[in-house]
Amino acid sequence: MTQAAGSPRRKLVVLGNGMAAGRVLEELFARAPERYDVTVFGAEPRVNYDRIMLSPVLAGDKSFEDIVVHDDAWYRRHAVDLRRGETVVGIDRTARTVRTQAGALEAYDALVIAVGSRPILIPVPGHDLPGVVTFRDLDDVNAMLAASARGGNAVVIGGGLLGLEAAAGLALRGMTTTVIHLMPTLMERQLDPNAAYLLQKAIEKRGIEILTSANTSAILGDGKVEAVRLDDGRTLPADLVVMAVGIRPHVALAKDAGLEVRRGVVVDDFLRTSDPRIFAVGECVEHRGNCYGLVAPLYEMARTLAASLAGDATAAGYTGSALSTKLKVTGVDLFSAGDFSEGDERDEIVLRDPARGVYKRVVLRDNRIVGAVLYGDTADGSWYFDLLKKGTDVASLRDTLIFGQAYQGGGVLDPKAAVAALSDDAEICGCNGVCKGVITRAIVAKGLSSLDDVRAQTKASASCGQCTSKVEALLAATLGEGYAGSARKPLCKCVDLTHEEVRGFILSKALKSLPATMQELGWKTSCGCPTCRPALNYYLLCAWPGEYRDDAQSRFINERVHANIQKDGTFSVVPRMWGGLTTPAELRAIADVAERFKIPTVKVTGGQRIDLLGVRKEDLPAVWAELNAAGMVSGQAYAKGLRTVKTCVGSEWCRFGTQDSTGLGVKLERFLCGSWTPHKVKLAVSGCPRNCAEATVKDFGVVCVESGYDLHIGGAAGLHVRATELLGHVETEEEAIEHIAAAMQLYREQAAYLDRVYKWVEKTGMEKIRAAIVDDPENRRSLFERFKRSQRAVQRDPWAERAAGREANEFTPLAVLTPVRRRMAAE
Amino acid sequence: MSAATMEAPGEQLDTWWFDVGPLQAIPVRGARIVRTPRRDIAVFRTANDEVFALDNRCPHKGGPLSEGIVHGRKVACPLHNWIIDLETGQATGADKGCTRSFPVKLENGRVYLDMGVAAAP
Ligand code: SRM
Ligand SMILES: Cc1cc2nc3c(=O)[nH]c(=O)nc-3n(C[C@H](O)[C@H](O)[C@H](O)COP(=O)(O)OP(=O)(O)OC[C@H]3O[C@@H](n4cnc5c(N)ncnc54)[C@H](O)[C@@H]3O)c2cc1C
Ligand code: SF4
Ligand code: FES
Repeated sequence: MTQAAGSPRRKLVVLGNGMAAGRVLEELFARAPERYDVTVFGAEPRVNYDRIMLSPVLAGDKSFEDIVVHDDAWYRRHAVDLRRGETVVGIDRTARTVRTQAGALEAYDALVIAVGSRPILIPVPGHDLPGVVTFRDLDDVNAMLAASARGGNAVVIGGGLLGLEAAAGLALRGMTTTVIHLMPTLMERQLDPNAAYLLQKAIEKRGIEILTSANTSAILGDGKVEAVRLDDGRTLPADLVVMAVGIRPHVALAKDAGLEVRRGVVVDDFLRTSDPRIFAVGECVEHRGNCYGLVAPLYEMARTLAASLAGDATAAGYTGSALSTKLKVTGVDLFSAGDFSEGDERDEIVLRDPARGVYKRVVLRDNRIVGAVLYGDTADGSWYFDLLKKGTDVASLRDTLIFGQAYQGGGVLDPKAAVAALSDDAEICGCNGVCKGVITRAIVAKGLSSLDDVRAQTKASASCGQCTSKVEALLAATLGEGYAGSARKPLCKCVDLTHEEVRGFILSKALKSLPATMQELGWKTSCGCPTCRPALNYYLLCAWPGEYRDDAQSRFINERVHANIQKDGTFSVVPRMWGGLTTPAELRAIADVAERFKIPTVKVTGGQRIDLLGVRKEDLPAVWAELNAAGMVSGQAYAKGLRTVKTCVGSEWCRFGTQDSTGLGVKLERFLCGSWTPHKVKLAVSGCPRNCAEATVKDFGVVCVESGYDLHIGGAAGLHVRATELLGHVETEEEAIEHIAAAMQLYREQAAYLDRVYKWVEKTGMEKIRAAIVDDPENRRSLFERFKRSQRAVQRDPWAERAAGREANEFTPLAVLTPVRRRMAAE
Repeated sequence: MSAATMEAPGEQLDTWWFDVGPLQAIPVRGARIVRTPRRDIAVFRTANDEVFALDNRCPHKGGPLSEGIVHGRKVACPLHNWIIDLETGQATGADKGCTRSFPVKLENGRVYLDMGVAAAP
């Protein structure tokens, strides 16, 4: 579209000489090279360059010259008056002029605001010290380069795209670098926790320390930065602090000029602001409620704006952009696009290859891709993004979609046929590099018939277990009818491994978080299900006492709020009555609490204590506070942990009593309480073989006799009634406690989640348990020590912590809306 | 209540979005309730910060869904483990039943509930 000869050239003024401005002019000159006299004001004292390439400049992969987009010759060629280093401070819409800081005026017929955004500075004390920089333009990069030349410590605040790119660059330049991130996982806006786990691992491998869930409270220094203080009191030495916590659209100019401004400068689909002669483009705008922080949208905006400026009335408007992100850190392959809000088995496809560190997840809705996260292998990122943007129906590709574009077009294979079709040198087990031929030959030559055989003989599937289903398919294909199939029961449908295998790998691979476990063991869903999450949470807690952070949202409601939910949504509260003992003062306090909070039912339980039933959730912290005040603590009647220790009166009162059964019961309860176990654990101590405390139907039972204590294990009186078996006989209380605690620890370490003690005893066999506890004092001792260590992390009263305000949100409504009179205006 | 009053919310739908609090106040993979004169509404937050709102009553026997384990876009009822779809309120799998869902939206980190619908019978 060239313009008619003779018509006067109009005056276009552009504010800002960043990526959006550069692209608009390119598009405009391609369409209407003669239409405008153009003046560009750029606050930066340089030509237009590719801002996103500042990261490679910092890392040393590129120089500034490499990233220049428009050099001086370009401005001359297009007769653009580039006013570099000139900041515009005012727009006069009536006079149609702009004014620079130096006071110069420039008139316009059309004005484009492309001033981008500003890095957010968190206003902690010390944020203005020399040595604190942001990461936005070449000056920032030069400041960082100068600092890194002196070496020392760099602290980057913010674990998003910019922060990580800055950290990677600074580390490459030889600084000791730490990233402080407020959220629990890196780049939480672009990544799910699984990809974030892999990313964190990769960044840490470069020697960069990452502190998540860490909040900066102050930047310290005398005349220049010296350290960063976190709100948990830690102080990190720092010679350079980079703040990369986000950006805010630059709206001051537009606002002062009276243009409509919300989060950004408001524009319509043709990038027009509320003044028809003024347009805005790039990061400073807000379009249909969205502000963008990436270049793809501004390229699309630039195309539309250039068409408008060129006078093309037929051009389509801008309708918004779908976003995709890549991280520009060499060696880190990461792609994310669209909405990957947690899906579920029905609408997400997950592929993990722990050996190669690959994680891929595609989220579908109504057979269309709505989001994708790829880590480690991002070759198909643009293919998925394309399918996403076009809204292509992928129903027919679904079975092979996750393998990528290269796999499309083939027939759909079932897993057995797929394995059978592989060539002999195809790798089955990535961890140990075992290929198909090795496995099938071993099956035939050595007469292997089970998965365990194959693991022992070939190492296949012995490391992360991800290839287990393939190995099983090979067994089935090779042995045909002869393969009985395995009796293995996978933990749940998210994974091919059994409980025992998962536990084993958590220890051998030192897996310390849910995402780490799910990634390294090849979970088939992105974040598990209600079956595996509580189990994993327990296994991690048991394996890494004091270190693993409990995930409340992976617990059943009772354990999350430390009370038992009832059929009407209220809760029951059961305080401990150690060994079934109570006092008048405790009973009085219980009576007071019951009256004050109008608790409808007070009942003596089958476990020798008192249950307050029907407490409203909001009242729980206050009820607990009052019980605490009278010296009572949680009875953990809700926990997969120690419930009650029932006792009888024993030698203190009973004419048949042989030992102090009550006292031993109290000691056991105090020592064992608080511990998390695979299922609930109940004890009883009877003072003589008449066994009034019913010790022989408990998980652990003690029956006192003249010569000491008979120790019992594996009883039950619930769905199944089962009498205990005798574990052994000891002479002193100390020995009794040590044996029982050691047995409890063995149960904690070995049993599958939700197996009661008796189930575990049946699966393991009494001989093995006796050998480990009774016959091997050294082993017993070390189990006992491990138990004590794990108790140190948990023996606090959960009620007291909550009465003091912990997780206060859990107990109150988010909002309470009370009725107000409507239609007041009409009255 | 007259027909005219009942229609009021529909007429001016836009103005009935109530700010019920910051997203941060709801635990990730968790829920909080909003207490309204007519009913308790459970507002859920998924792992990737989507929000959903359901009547806080399980279609089975009225269990408080806000107390369930949230996984994907579903919640497991704490009483008998029915699995309810957060988007539709439908019971999944073999179980049949549906809980009412309510319009909810997230804007600038705050959660808005459409009280025009939530307050209606
Ligand atoms: C309150 C109490 C009944 C009572 O009023 O006496 C009770 C109440 C419940 N029992 Fe029990 N059991 C109570 C003593 C028992 C006993 C007797 C005992 O401990 O001496 C047994 C048989 C002994 C045993 O455990 O082997 C018992 C065997 C069960 C079972 C079956 C366990 C099994 O493995 O077979 C369940 C179901 C479960 O845990 O999965 C169960 C589950 C429950 C639950 C937690 C049901 C639930 O999931 O909501 C009930 C919660 C009530 C509440 O809100 O407090 N309750 N329950 C007793 C509380 C004892 C305490 O002080 O902590
Ligand atoms: C280090 C870094 C890495 C990035 N990596 C990526 C990436 O990998 N992928 C991606 O999509 N995006 C990335 N981005 C974001 C991308 O660079 C921005 O989205 C893009 O630059 C925005 O373009 P813009 O023109 O709106 O703003 P800018 O490019 O910031 O341009 C605005 C210009 O206006 C000037 N200005 C401001 N006020 C005035 C005034 N009053 N008078 C005159 N001039 C003024 C500023 O000095 C600036 O030069 C990255 C950003 C940075 C900083
Ligand atoms: S026996 Fe236990 S689980 Fe059954 S109704 Fe009674 S308290 Fe509830
Ligand atoms: S009330 Fe929800 S499953 Fe029964």
